[in-house]
Parts: sequence; C-alpha cells; structure tokens
Amino acid sequence: MTVRLEVDGRAVEVPDGATVAAAVALVSPVFGRSSRGAPRAPLCGMGVCFECRLTIDGVPGRRACIEPARAGMQVRTHE
Amino acid sequence: MSTRYDVVVCGAGPAGLAAAAAAAAAGARVALIDAQANPGGQIWRPSVLLPPTAAARRAMTRTLGAGRVDFRPQAQVIAAGEGEVLIESTQSAERLRYCSLVIATGARELLLPFPGWTLPGVTGAGGLQALAKQGWPLAGRRVVVAGSGPLLLAAAASLHRHGARVLAVLEQAPPAAIRRFASRLTLWPGQALQALALRATLRAAPYRCGEHVRSAHGATQLEQVEVCGRRGSYAIRCDHLAIGYGLVPNIELAQLLGCRLDESRAHARVITDDCMRTSVRGVYAAGEVRGIGGWQAARIEGEIAGHAAAGALRPVAALQRRLRLRRRFAQLLEDCFTLDERVRTLADADTVICRCEQVPLRALAGYADLRAAKLATRCGMGPCQGRICGAALAATGHLARDRVRVPLFPARLSTLADSFDIAAAETDA
Amino acid sequence: MRTFDLIVVGAGIVGAACTDAAAAEGLRVAVIEPEAVGGGATAAAMGHLVALDDDPADLALARYSLGLWEQLRHEPVAEFHRCGTLWLARTAEDLAAVGRKAQRLRRAGVDVEEVGARDLYRLEPALAPGLHGGLRVPGEAVVYAPNVARFLVERARSRGAELYAGRRAVALAHGTVVLDDGTRLAGPALIATGCALSELLPMLPLRPRKGHLVITARHPGFIGHQLLEVGYGASAHHAAAASVAFNVQPRPSGQLLIGSSREFGSPSREVSLPMLRRMLARAFEYLPGLAALQALRAWTGFRPTSCDGRPYLGCLPGRAGLWVAAGHEGLGITTALGSARLLVDLILGRPCAVDPAPYAPARVMT
Repeated sequence: MTVRLEVDGRAVEVPDGATVAAAVALVSPVFGRSSRGAPRAPLCGMGVCFECRLTIDGVPGRRACIEPARAGMQVRTHE
Repeated sequence: MSTRYDVVVCGAGPAGLAAAAAAAAAGARVALIDAQANPGGQIWRPSVLLPPTAAARRAMTRTLGAGRVDFRPQAQVIAAGEGEVLIESTQSAERLRYCSLVIATGARELLLPFPGWTLPGVTGAGGLQALAKQGWPLAGRRVVVAGSGPLLLAAAASLHRHGARVLAVLEQAPPAAIRRFASRLTLWPGQALQALALRATLRAAPYRCGEHVRSAHGATQLEQVEVCGRRGSYAIRCDHLAIGYGLVPNIELAQLLGCRLDESRAHARVITDDCMRTSVRGVYAAGEVRGIGGWQAARIEGEIAGHAAAGALRPVAALQRRLRLRRRFAQLLEDCFTLDERVRTLADADTVICRCEQVPLRALAGYADLRAAKLATRCGMGPCQGRICGAALAATGHLARDRVRVPLFPARLSTLADSFDIAAAETDA
Repeated sequence: MRTFDLIVVGAGIVGAACTDAAAAEGLRVAVIEPEAVGGGATAAAMGHLVALDDDPADLALARYSLGLWEQLRHEPVAEFHRCGTLWLARTAEDLAAVGRKAQRLRRAGVDVEEVGARDLYRLEPALAPGLHGGLRVPGEAVVYAPNVARFLVERARSRGAELYAGRRAVALAHGTVVLDDGTRLAGPALIATGCALSELLPMLPLRPRKGHLVITARHPGFIGHQLLEVGYGASAHHAAAASVAFNVQPRPSGQLLIGSSREFGSPSREVSLPMLRRMLARAFEYLPGLAALQALRAWTGFRPTSCDGRPYLGCLPGRAGLWVAAGHEGLGITTALGSARLLVDLILGRPCAVDPAPYAPARVMT
C-alpha cells in the first residue's frame, strides 16, 4: 500500500507507514535553511532537534520525521 | 478537558509498554502516551520494509492487544503538575489526571559537533536507522556509520537491511576496550549472539576501532568525510554519515516534576529505589531515563514500575533479581565506551554549536561562564530548547545545568492557554 | 583598601548605565556584580523602549532617557529595532483615553499619530475585529537589553572602570563597601541592585512584581509594531495582587514576545500555568491568530517595585556618599540611561536635565 502526497507541488509516493521526512527526501536533500542561509536536513530522526520542521497542510513548524505521511498532504519545505 | 486514570505512562518504548501492561494486568486504568505515531520507542520502531522482532510483537500484543490500555500516539507532555499532565497532539490538547505516573521517556542520541556536521546527509546513527525504518530512501546509498557504542553495529545492520551500502563502521573506542567488551559478553550470551549476528550481517563492511570522523564535506550536501584513522587520516566518499556517540537520558519531565537526579556524570539520570519510585510521591521512572542500560533492563524496570504504580508489589522481588544482572551490562557499556577526548573537541571556531540559533563555537568564548555566554548569544533558546547543544556542551565539560521549564516541548499557544489549574486540582479520594 | 570615586553595586541595565555614565565623566569607578552582567530582570525583560504617560514623573524621565537611547541605535549588540508602538483602543472609553494619551505625549514632545479603525487594520491586519482605533508612536524601538548592559560595562572598563565579577556586596559601612570575600572598597556607593535592594537598603520599601513572558517560533510579518492595550499603564499602576495586560512585541528574528502579567507575593520563579492562561487569553482577544502559533519558551522575571511605582534615584538622606538607583518597575530598560545621567549629575552637583524631586528616596523616609 502506498500513500500519495505533494511536496513543494511535486507528486510523491511513499509506502504506507512512511513519514513526511521520507517523502521529502525523495524530492529534495535540503529541508530548509538556517537563519544564515545554510542548507539543513534532519539530524536526530526522532523529533528532538527540530531541523526537519516543515509546513504541512498550511500549519508551520511540524516535525517531518515523526509525522506519518497521509494521502493528499500538501508539504512545503523552506527551500 | 481532563480525563482521569489510575496510571499514566509517558513513553511507549520497551519500558513504557511493559509498565502499561503490568499496571493494566493489576487492574489499573492506564493511559500510555508517546510522541511517535506508533508504539515501540526507538528500538522497536516499526519498519516499512521489515517485520517486527518477536520481542516487539509480544510486547505490543501484551500491552495493546487486550484494549485495556488507552494508547495516545503523537502526544507530547507539555507540562506536568501534581496529579496531572498536559499533553498536546497534532489537533488538540488534553489534561490527563493520574494517581501514579511512570516516566519511561527513554534516551536520545548524543550528537557531538564537528566541522561540517550541519550538512544535509549527516544524521545520528540511531537517527538514520529511525529515518530508514520510516521510509527514508537508502537503496544503494553509501553510508558511513561512526561514533561509539554497540548501537553502531545495530544501526549499521539495520541500515544494511534497509538497502544501504554500509561502507564502514567506525568505533572511536580503542581495540583494547572492544576486546574487553567482547570478552565480557560471555556473561550475557544473548547480547553476544546478537553482536555476532549483527557482525555477520555486515560481512562486507569493515568495523574499525580507535577511529573517528573528524569532519564532513560537501557543497550543499554531504560528499565525503575525513577520518582520523589508526594509521593516519583518510577520506571516504559517501552519501550519508550516521554518527552517534552514545545515549543521553531524556530527564526533562522528571526534572520538571522535581524528581531527584544523579548529576555526578556528564549526563543526568533519574534516581529511583528498587521499586522504580522517584523522590516524588506517585512518580516512577523506568528504562533508559534511569541510565543507559539496554532494552532488556528497560523492560524489566517497566514491569516493576507498572506493578508498583498500580499498588501490586508482590511480583517485584523476582524481577529485581533479573534486573541486577542486566544493570551490570550497563556498567560494562559505560566502562568500555568512554569517549576519547579528541571526539569531544572536534569543533573548531567556526563550527556551529547551537544549530537552532546558529551560534558558532567562537561566539561562546570569552565569557565568565556558560550562562553569560548563552545570554549573550541566545545559545539554547531555540526550538530544541537546548537538548542538542546542551548535551554536546555537557560532553565537553561545560556543565551548566539549565532549569527546565514549561513548555517541555514547543507547544501551541492554545495548548498553554487551556492548561490546567494546579491550585484548583482536586486531590484523589 | 582600594579607593574609588564611585562604587556601583549591581550591573543590571541600571547599574551598567550608571557605571558607564560615571566613567564617561572621568570618575574612577568600580562595579560589583555577583551573577552575569544584565542577567537578572534585565535578561527577563522585553526590552521595549516606551514612554508611558500615566505618571508625569515617569514620563519626564522616559522622554529624557529615550533621547539618550538614540545614541546607541547603531551599536550592533543593542539590536535596536525601531518597530514603533501601537496602542489599541477596544472600546469607546479606550478611544477617549487614547485622545488624552495623545495630548500628554505630544506635550512631552513625543511624536504620535491617532489612528482610526480602518487604518488600524491596514497597519496590523492580524488584529481582532471590532477595535475602535489606536495611537501610533513611530519613533519607539525594542532592544536586546542584556547585551546593552554588557556593552555599557565594557565601555566603562575601556575607560578604566573595574568590574568585580562574581562578587557580592554584603555590607555598607562608613564610606566603604564590603564584599563577600572580605574585600573592602572605599568611596561613595551607588546601589543599583534591583529586587535585592532591601538587602543593603532596607529602609526603601521594595517588592518584586512577578511577570510572565512567552516567545514563539519565527513568524515574520505577523505584526509590525509592538502592540499594547490602552489599559496597560493602569495595570502597571494598579495595586491589584494579580493582573494581566495585552502586550506583544515583534522581535527582529521574526519571533513574537508575548506579555504581560503582574503579581505580588509570588516569590517562586516557576512559570505559573494559571497566570499564563490568563495572559494568553487576553492576548488572543487582540490577536486571535496567536492561538495557532507555536510557543518555544516561557519564563518569569521580577520587576523591582517601589511603594509608589517611581524609582528611587538620588542620595540617601543622612548618609553621605550613599546613592541609589533602583525600583524601576517595568520601565527599567527605558529609563536606565536617563536614571544614570540623573545620578551622575546629582553626584557631581550639577543641574539635572529632569527635576529629580519626584524620585528622591527621602520621600519614603520619615
């Protein structure tokens, strides 16, 4: 079973049970930028470091690494 | 909105699952909270590719199969006060009232700063394992696993089974320490077999002791790492660096509740008696939060805590005997995998220490103490609330223990506004 | 025993400013600070440079001090951000109060513009509907006060001032200040210890007034001005045991700093969830969109509050060579520079730019 969602307007398909982080990784190695513009991506993989923050369905600050991917989600990286 | 339970268990890893099962078996009304979408904590995190281990399956069935435990996934404890926790989920917030609370919040990885550690592609070792289990694309990607501890082998094997090309496993502890560890493993045959099995899985990948990654390089993402090897430096071209230096107990909830901590080492741990009671009445702690000891110890401790929290102390004595052997394994871990001074001082002046606020090491120099440095640079004031940089600074000997505050994690303002009224909290009849 | 022209006790924003002002006059200054410079109320504070018009003496001191703050606007460490202040009127009564506020501020030389309802929403679209209007003070700014305190002490040290870091003054005796390690310093003393004032000067009534603050994740552009409800000043001057008043600040980082609460009789530094709830509920009334935003941290601070809300600035009657600059309630950052100049003028026997009488410590000593 797979889940279809959108990352930065691009259609992505991941296995059921995958996180939003996995979906983003299929599209972009960079999740966002630091305040000085340096590229950033997940570090801890378990919701502690907050490097994976993204806007999911309009809500900013959601941690992609602990958020299950759901059908129809609209994900925006800060790229 | 507040719901009443006899026992609330925070954390659904091996310790929390065992605690919830034991308490429910003793007849208590139990809630089990976890920030993740699935139970299992880190070690039993479900994989999109592989079936769960037998132990994980058994624990899930025992705890959640009978429907006696209220499982709240994707819920994080934001605040706690006498008899109540405030939890936030993706869409709502709720107060859970308890007679007993079991803190089974586990541990996070110790991530030490080094030049290039902020590059996309650099993750924790357990971190990449967690990402891979949840679908991160690793097929054919070249991965270097580095850092310290038996977790490295487990992570490397897991990554391999998820399709990664593990190029090397680099353990900073010297060969003598690893030999000592291996020789003592005969006391814990289960662990020895596990290690051999892992090693077999990673047939092709060299396992090197006394080596550490010095720096990571790449334009916008990781391209290669520089290794300080036993016979000089060398580079490895790779896509991922999965690097972790051990585990740090997640003591923040216990600290907020005023539980006494053992702060004699770099990383604090929660103190309990043999029944897993903390210094605060009605609050118990089990598993890695009491000190890193592995999942078998965590499971036993959880069971003890669950029984004790539900007021059923009879089964506890036998469990305590089994626990003593497990905890000696924890001591062995600590002795063999001490961190070399060099890996704690890899950061140079430009290396970012506080990733949230972009504070480089150079910016922290020249202050009377760490508190003054943090005030001036706002190091530790970002969303991770000092968890990443704090552990790193502690590992490098800067022991400034910050007071923990509400909210325990970033939380919606609406959650804080609906928060419970401690003054008006009723005492249990 | 070392001798100084002035010994400043306490290096929060007020003590730091006094140290700097005295050193700039060529005085040989010592400054004593047990904790981090600017680490007390200064670190907890919002750093809003604002003219409050509720008390004429506060207003005069604030005006004077705000003029001095302009001299620091280009110092990078100050993070001086001229976002402007926007006072909000929720009712017809509030609007009338806005009119009176405008008059008083204009008379004091502050540049203000009254804003009708429609323009209000043009300026700040995130505001709750139904507000009647407001008063804009475009010249006001926010700063990062702990770094300013450090800057002022460092500037003073570059002029020869000596910092006794990590030391605490434990006694004042016959023209000397005694430190906790037994060191004695001779010279006139200026006590600027904020909430700890009673330890050295028990004759000056001072109570700590606990306040809460919350800072959010980055939401740049959510608001442009520091927003306050018209009733904020009344809350500050009210004797009530506990009160909240709407006050939200846009930080240069894009984070929002949310206040305010006031509480007497609560010595614990712990964040009080009931108080937080009251404060946030008030904030949501003016900015409903706040509820969905993410809070990163909450903390408390203590405002040093005198018996009449005005700071104690000047000499202790009957005690030659003993001065005080403390008790600024919520205006410590705003009035620090003006307070410092006032003290230095008094110490040097020069005419003051602002009438010092309303702040005289003698007013509470009979």
